[in-house]
Amino acid sequence: MAFENYNTEKIPDELIQENGSPRMGAKLLIDQLNSMSMDEIRNRQQAMDRSLLHMGITFTVYGDDSGTEKIFPFDLVPRIVEAFEWSHIEAGLKQRIKALNEFINDIYHKQEIVGDEVLPRDLLEKAKSFRHQCVGLNPPGGIWCHVTGTDLVRHSDGAIYVLEDNLRCPSGVSYVLQNRMIMKRTFPQVFAASNVRPVIDYPSRLYSTLSQLAPEHVKDPVVVVLTPGIYNSAYYEHSFLAQQMGVELVEGRDLVVQDGSVFMRTTDGFRRVDVIYRRIDDDFIDPQAFRADSMLGVPGLFDAYKNGRVALANAPGTGVADDKVIYAFVPDMIRYYLGEEPILPNVPTYVCARDVDQKYVLSNLDKLVVKAANEAGGYGMLIGPHSTAEQQAEFAEKIKEDPRNYIAQPTLMLSRVPTLIEDHFEGRHVDLRPYVLYGKEGVWVLPGGLTRVALRKGSLVVNSSQGGGSKDTWVMARNAAEAAENETTM
Amino acid sequence: MLSRVANSIYWMARYVERAENLARYIEVTLNVILDQPDSAHHQWAPLILATGDEKTFTERHGKPNSQNVIHFLTFDPDYSNSIKSCLTHARENARTIRETISPEAWEQINEFYHWLRSHSNQKMTLEQLTDFYQRARMHSHLFSGILDATMLHGEGWHFANLGRLIERADKTSRILDVKYFTLLPTLSDVGTTIDDLQWSAVLRSVSGFEIYRKRFRAITVPRVVEFLILEREFPRAVRFCLEGADRSLHAISGSPEGVFRNLAEQRLGQLRANLAYADVQQVINNGLHEFVDELQVKLNDVDEAIYETFFAIRSPVQSQSQSQSQTQSSR
Repeated sequence: MAFENYNTEKIPDELIQENGSPRMGAKLLIDQLNSMSMDEIRNRQQAMDRSLLHMGITFTVYGDDSGTEKIFPFDLVPRIVEAFEWSHIEAGLKQRIKALNEFINDIYHKQEIVGDEVLPRDLLEKAKSFRHQCVGLNPPGGIWCHVTGTDLVRHSDGAIYVLEDNLRCPSGVSYVLQNRMIMKRTFPQVFAASNVRPVIDYPSRLYSTLSQLAPEHVKDPVVVVLTPGIYNSAYYEHSFLAQQMGVELVEGRDLVVQDGSVFMRTTDGFRRVDVIYRRIDDDFIDPQAFRADSMLGVPGLFDAYKNGRVALANAPGTGVADDKVIYAFVPDMIRYYLGEEPILPNVPTYVCARDVDQKYVLSNLDKLVVKAANEAGGYGMLIGPHSTAEQQAEFAEKIKEDPRNYIAQPTLMLSRVPTLIEDHFEGRHVDLRPYVLYGKEGVWVLPGGLTRVALRKGSLVVNSSQGGGSKDTWVMARNAAEAAENETTM
Repeated sequence: MLSRVANSIYWMARYVERAENLARYIEVTLNVILDQPDSAHHQWAPLILATGDEKTFTERHGKPNSQNVIHFLTFDPDYSNSIKSCLTHARENARTIRETISPEAWEQINEFYHWLRSHSNQKMTLEQLTDFYQRARMHSHLFSGILDATMLHGEGWHFANLGRLIERADKTSRILDVKYFTLLPTLSDVGTTIDDLQWSAVLRSVSGFEIYRKRFRAITVPRVVEFLILEREFPRAVRFCLEGADRSLHAISGSPEGVFRNLAEQRLGQLRANLAYADVQQVINNGLHEFVDELQVKLNDVDEAIYETFFAIRSPVQSQSQSQSQTQSSR
């Protein structure tokens, strides 16, 4: 009995209730695991690890010259999301993306949200990722953020909160698809019986979102994925998405701007490109418009974009909403632009640029999580309860020196999911990143997502660069029809 | 197809083929030594000569023996044409184009690489070594077969085919050249068992022994030369390789065989014609070594022309010169 001694320790668990019995959607899976010996379970985990290695879904360990490669750890116990809860998440994400898109369009045009004093002007002007080059831009259909990967967490109060929006180049969706493929091989019976909603049509949805961006007169648009190259940690994903969509994967050096249009170098000469799904940050896409030292970009690309000769997804300039100070205003944006109450709450956020907030933060550093406004990947962070007095003093200095660059949030107790640790299961903290596409036909949320798990005991940092792994995410269907909705495309 | 992608496919295939040929040389040498333990010390120097990298080898290892040659040609990460280095380059190239080749092909090259890495630091017995090289060869066959069986036979496949056939033509001619040179002193002993053993080893190294037997039965030097250079139907003979490469080149450009529209087609067509009208006795009379030397120079010219024609597409706006940025020089 694999779960005989499993203890939730009174921390919310996505699969197991406090009394030790499985939640409704998890029953089949837990029964299956309980019917297996631990040896058998470990064998399946090892088989999964081997197939990841063989598929080459690996990253190189930095500083190791012998070329050792590791897989991103993938745990065999999935996170399960009930249908009713997913409806709530889905509605909340759709609302949020619409408001964020309105916001981005507004700040690069009339800036009404600033004029109406919902967002203080100086906070916007000091956002490092605000791109003055984008002022006045009109992306096709008024859509700026075509692909989003929003980070969600469940706190000990049981509610789901939005932690980050990730409007630039969110990565991880390839793991969602690969993890699912491997899980289907590992637990075929449970899968068939559980009514799990499929994720397989993400690439075709993405392709149609992208191809709609082409200028209307282009009948058969050429779509490409632009990658920084094989040394980028998400390279595998860039290549996977290009392959799954059946489009070219290009690097900056493959593209050239001539007569105002973008072309790629082929063995048969130059070929025109209509839509670029760029996986390179704004800063690097065009050395003439943004960072002059960029070796990854394409000179003249931004001009071609401004003139409507090529479409970019996401639009340049969307990164402004990833600024953690701007994030604090998203609930206000939802009220301001949509006249609705936010469905998914923000994590309460103290903006150090406000005197009252700063005062509170400085006297509660041991309880709060402090984050730099423009860092990602778990860097530039102070986790109060796990920090030393020196670290707190250091952050106090930083905050006083540059209050605009810091926000603070209460320490959240992320929910957990049973995870295979050596020869038994233990709870480990997780977050959830669903993926959202925004195209001409509206907003679509992939029924699934990347569940990241902090593998170190007690750790709340789920980033892969800091000892995190991943899990499959099973979104349960309301009925069999919903589970089968896309089976035909598999 | 993107120029960069075509370049990577071409080199991916070349590097796998190069690794396979090295494995073949060593496997056959080990077999000869099993038959003739006394000759062991003669057998390793020619392998180094066949790579054309004898200078690098001598600087690092001095006199060739079984251990240092096997290490150098198989595992040495600092020698850019060792089997291990070839596989690393092949895989890096494959990684940049994994959306273009089939997932199965990527998985195979990846598996080949991990398998090779797992052997890097082991001491192996003679039996284990023989088995190791045989398996390396089979890995390469599997890769080649997967490419043929799972890839669209369009432009991408033709670039891969071009790469592997040009590499194979180069390697077959080199092994012949070196063996011919080292066996010359025994030419007077034509027909002795030792001589037969040596030449049959050469034939075996290109999987050609049985086919040769069927066609010619007795081993004579001119016939071996004819078989390895001029044979049209034997898949490792130089002529077979060049004709296949030429067909792929024309499939890529769309121009009919027998005419040329670019430098690569012109150079390869000339080389193909040379072989088509060559006579083995003439080749031997004028010097086999000179013939092979010239062949290799011309193969390099073809390689250069392929690069200029398909990979180095330059825009009139940007005058940047793009050189072969990966470690891809053929020697």
